[in-house]
Amino acid sequence: MRIVVTVVGQDKVGIIAKVTNILANNQVNVLNINQNIMDGFFNMVLIADMTDSKMSIKTLKEHLDRLSKEIGLEIRVQSEDIFTAMHQI
Amino acid sequence: MSVLTFNDVLETTQMITHHNLDVRTITMGISLRDCGHPDVKVCADKIYDKITKKAEKLVQTGEDIESDLGVPIINKRISVTPVSMVGESCDTNDYVPLAKALDKAAHEVGVNFIGGFSALVDKGYTKGDRNLIASIPEALASTDVVCSSVNVGSTKAGINMDAVAEMGRVVKETAEKTAANDAIGCAKLVVFCNAVNDNPFMAGAFHGVTEPESVVSVGVSGPGVVKHALEAVRGQDIGAVAEVIKRTAFKITRVGQLVAQEAAKRLNTQFGIIDLSLAPTPAVGDSVAHILEEIGLESCGGPGTTATLAMLNDAVKKGGLMASSYVGGLSGAFIPVSEDAGMIAAVERGSLCLEKLEAMTCVCSVGLDMIAIPGDTSAETIAAIIADESAIGMINNKTTAVRVIPVPGKGVGDKVEFGGLLGHAPIMAVSKFKADTFIARGGRIPAPVRSLTN
Repeated sequence: MRIVVTVVGQDKVGIIAKVTNILANNQVNVLNINQNIMDGFFNMVLIADMTDSKMSIKTLKEHLDRLSKEIGLEIRVQSEDIFTAMHQI
Repeated sequence: MSVLTFNDVLETTQMITHHNLDVRTITMGISLRDCGHPDVKVCADKIYDKITKKAEKLVQTGEDIESDLGVPIINKRISVTPVSMVGESCDTNDYVPLAKALDKAAHEVGVNFIGGFSALVDKGYTKGDRNLIASIPEALASTDVVCSSVNVGSTKAGINMDAVAEMGRVVKETAEKTAANDAIGCAKLVVFCNAVNDNPFMAGAFHGVTEPESVVSVGVSGPGVVKHALEAVRGQDIGAVAEVIKRTAFKITRVGQLVAQEAAKRLNTQFGIIDLSLAPTPAVGDSVAHILEEIGLESCGGPGTTATLAMLNDAVKKGGLMASSYVGGLSGAFIPVSEDAGMIAAVERGSLCLEKLEAMTCVCSVGLDMIAIPGDTSAETIAAIIADESAIGMINNKTTAVRVIPVPGKGVGDKVEFGGLLGHAPIMAVSKFKADTFIARGGRIPAPVRSLTN
């Protein structure tokens, strides 16, 4: 299953490292990262494959929620399906 | 980044996080046609057993899909075969035990409403219909989450005026029996004309006789998303507005379609329909009235309201139809007063009255919905309101409904708080002119001619 991780908030050092570290530790393979700074805010969209991961989206979400609280940024993880359904015919 | 663009992803997440995009309900329809029994206790047990077995995983599945897709799924609900049919073979006139079985089963599986304490009487009553309607006030007073509906008319059969008169009395009696809670029972009771078999929304959901053994249908929402999208076309012509609504409705409905397919697959049941409705909530930024005001009205209910609402309703359907393989239910913008912050504000500032709401129901879904009226409104006047609304549905070949709440002890100027998704409402004025003699006639309004449509 492919997932989309979005991170939004105040820019700071090491955001990508911290997020991808959690993914790597759980066998979630990053396929694509797109990141920029808009109006001073950090925006990142990361697409990953969790086929080889033993973890469910729900558990991964719990890990990322903890990181979200720690670094003070909003982190969401969702199945890619919702995005393709909405934006592709 | 694959085929998805950065902006696509951010647009979707913003719809969810900032503009209240959600799936309003996953509703599981369950046939109870095999639950009839002469002993009402056995019938009640069979109902309880069937619902708790079929819907055992409904709530958990809804929560799992919500977690995987990251889109809120607000309600998980159940609709059942109209209980007038299920109870018909019971040797009793009292169907309240069947309502209690529905309530108990709903609590057991964790859904927040169960619909189908219903009867379809557009042409007349069977024994079961009479018993069910007579049981409604006590059933709604003695249960928490059971919803009831009665279909009193249709384009093909006309309007059963005996049932209209009776429903006026049933609404009043229900209000009195639940007076301690501001007549909350009436918020769970809908009187329909042209009721549909596959409506996933409460309080009017029931599992129609043409439906399969079990089915999953989804009601989408998203007034806040539409309102936000329209902010980008301020000053442009109305064609641009319709186009934006269509595109937004398409996106919203695609999410509903995905959720419905996924739910049907995980629950091992059939996918029924997507209901393309703009369903408001009392939350700020989730209002249909605010969409109309964004299009250019000073206040919902003023001149221009019917035209803007007609365009909105039509554009939502056009966008949604292409996004889903199976569209059904009520499919249209809802205008429940107490559940829409913009509607409530419009009533409070004096721009929205009952008569304008009636006009609005000619061009949208569904009817006079969640309207608190003075407690001293007579049963005959409520019946006449039901008759008017039914006539609009019958002539225009559409579903219309009445869900009014005559709040005992309260009058115009007072407010009533229902709580949660049911919201709060100012009491609205009702015309003081009587229709008692018309209602006392009874009988049936003949089915209308379908040509010469002026």
